[in-house]
Amino acid sequence: MNGNDTRNRVVRFGWALAGLFVVGAAAMVSLRVLTDSDGASRLIAGAYDIIGMDGSADALRDRGMQPVPSVLVILGWALLLGTVGIWIVLWALNSLVDLVPSRWRESVRPYVYLAPAYLLLTLFLLYPLVATIYYSVTEDQGLSNFPDILGDDDVQRALINNLIWLVVATGGSVLLGLVIAQLFDRVKREALAKTFVFLPLALSMVGASVIFRFMYLWRPEGQPQIGVVNALVTGVGKEPIPILQDVPINTFALIAIMVWLQTGFAMVVLSAAIKGVPDELLEAARIDGASELQVFTRIIVPSIRPSIITVSTTIAVAVLKVFDIVFVTTGGKFDTEVIANRMFAEMFKFRNFGRASSIAVLLFLMVLPVMWMNLRNFRRQEAMQ
Amino acid sequence: MAEVVLDKINKVYPNGFHAIHDLDLDISDKEFLVLVGPSGCGKSTALRMIAGLEEISYGEMKIGDRLVNDVEPKDRDIAMVFQNYALYPHMSVYDNIGFALKLARVPKNEADQRIREAARVLELDAQLEKKPGQLSGGQRQRVAMGRAIVRQPSAFLMDEPLSNLDAKLRVQMRAEIARLQHDLGVTTVYVTHDQVEAMTMGDRVAVLKDGYLQQVDTPQNLYDRPSNVFVAAFIGSPSMNLREATLDGDEVVLGQFRLPIPASIFEARPALRSFDGKRLIVGIRPEDLEDLERVPDPEGVVTIPATVSHIEALGSEIIAHFPLDAPAVDSGDPDAVEEIGEDTMAVGRFDPRSRARARTEIQVAVTMENVHFFDPESHLAIWD
Repeated sequence: MNGNDTRNRVVRFGWALAGLFVVGAAAMVSLRVLTDSDGASRLIAGAYDIIGMDGSADALRDRGMQPVPSVLVILGWALLLGTVGIWIVLWALNSLVDLVPSRWRESVRPYVYLAPAYLLLTLFLLYPLVATIYYSVTEDQGLSNFPDILGDDDVQRALINNLIWLVVATGGSVLLGLVIAQLFDRVKREALAKTFVFLPLALSMVGASVIFRFMYLWRPEGQPQIGVVNALVTGVGKEPIPILQDVPINTFALIAIMVWLQTGFAMVVLSAAIKGVPDELLEAARIDGASELQVFTRIIVPSIRPSIITVSTTIAVAVLKVFDIVFVTTGGKFDTEVIANRMFAEMFKFRNFGRASSIAVLLFLMVLPVMWMNLRNFRRQEAMQ
Repeated sequence: MAEVVLDKINKVYPNGFHAIHDLDLDISDKEFLVLVGPSGCGKSTALRMIAGLEEISYGEMKIGDRLVNDVEPKDRDIAMVFQNYALYPHMSVYDNIGFALKLARVPKNEADQRIREAARVLELDAQLEKKPGQLSGGQRQRVAMGRAIVRQPSAFLMDEPLSNLDAKLRVQMRAEIARLQHDLGVTTVYVTHDQVEAMTMGDRVAVLKDGYLQQVDTPQNLYDRPSNVFVAAFIGSPSMNLREATLDGDEVVLGQFRLPIPASIFEARPALRSFDGKRLIVGIRPEDLEDLERVPDPEGVVTIPATVSHIEALGSEIIAHFPLDAPAVDSGDPDAVEEIGEDTMAVGRFDPRSRARARTEIQVAVTMENVHFFDPESHLAIWD
């Protein structure tokens, strides 16, 4: 019995090692396939070699593959490795944990399960973060990167604009979303009405920005206005406004794009929260003498406060990181600069590695308090349940 | 302080469901009226129509002489206690109680005085700063009451306010609410499905079934003179035994037994004579059945022989179940647990010193003076 047990354990250990080896080898092969422009064709050619179809293998090596099938092969390979591979890894790790003395076995197991996720997080999140902080104080002017960028006119402009964005875009989206969610709650075809508000969220920011850039277009007075906004403005007999060039209208015009995109998100989340407020609560308030507006401000809004905070912080983070809208419409010109666009410019236009990194760190520091608020809100919600 | 008058009130939902039919109720000032009935009888709908939370399809509703059909709930000067209390979770107990006063712009110090007075009456003084989430079920119930009484409204509406409390607390709060209502003298409409609450709390009780008002009367009259089979079965626990029988001269034929009807019953129910030779429904309350051995003066008592099926000894009494060879009658109460059919047991409430046990054969004495009679077609009580 005991001997049998020991043998079983040895066999399982062997299988576990074999599994890890297979996945490791597959990962190595994948890396080579992915880093090599002909990777896909060579992978297939290798497969042909194994099954003995030398002719096909040679032909493939000579002529290569069409780009589309090549991408598909890589995609399939990645999917296979991601699904089957992770399954094998977890199974193998689990088998290894079974060999740990029983005293520690169950306290070790959760960490082993979390290990692959932590590994990926470290690789793709923690490492870049640390590296960015490191570059920000070593590259370019080193430690004086920070005083330098803080003294930079463009960065200062970007900081002020980001603050405007944070307040107006976040506030606007949440407020509009909240009001629309409450009003649509009484609409007969609520789902349809909500779909229209929600739709823009499906658009990419770049797509939305391109649309709005056309809408904001300006032609000198006297010429036909092809932008819908200025067509309306001249239609009522006013002078056309160079919307994307006039300060400060331009920043608010860009913020409007963000609000248009994010209102749908705020509305959907808040609408669900509003439906979660018990009817009895609203009826009690009505009987207590509250008008519909008072029911909304004094009962519904306080009741859904956690949802409002969640939506606000989520949108606030998205707004702080805003880049695409500014990049596509004005490129940061005419005093519309924002932090993320500044970072992009320093990094890829001027190749100032250190300055770009220190701007990235600055942005990270701006997002931190918002994330902290969000976490605190989550914890409070959990405590309430 | 006002009377509440419902004049031929109807509720028809958009899907065509007719929830309330021609409901007439005349609730006088300071009266405690209980609306009772099985689930789905329309009692809550009726209450919500008084509150203004449901629209009245047709009919007239008056609170203190004022037609309120089209008056918003907030302008009806009524206070309501909800089944789940509906306390505002983000407000302290103090703010919950004072919310209505705040909305009504009652001056701060007067409001404070009233809130503290209500809290004192309900023994909530120590809880005023707490949030509803920190309170026990009983305390929440009290806050809901406080929210109602602090407004000094012209009527209280209560929708099963005790159904979420445990049995012991319920009995305690039952007495407390009844006392409070009496002290404050505010017209109250109280909805419950619990007939014990209805009987113990109400000045009058209105029994509803399927949206139709069955009977409105004082608890004792409902019990002694139920107007139909449903009321007879619904009021009283355990329920009245209802069986099909035939009237044969001065005797009622119940299964194989012939029970003589005393002259007093024919006097009280002159119409009974017209059922001679016809079918009718006999109703016997469990307390009118007794183990013959426990009857002090067994001379001339009407008895039925029976084999006890099982008993429930409650200490103060013994509930005995025994088969009775006569078809049981369905009273139409959807909440009735017992299955109606040939096997329905008759139920007797015996003296606790009875020696009746399962499978013993006993003689059951019937107090014929208290037996009820109903028309088998209309289910109405046979009086005159």
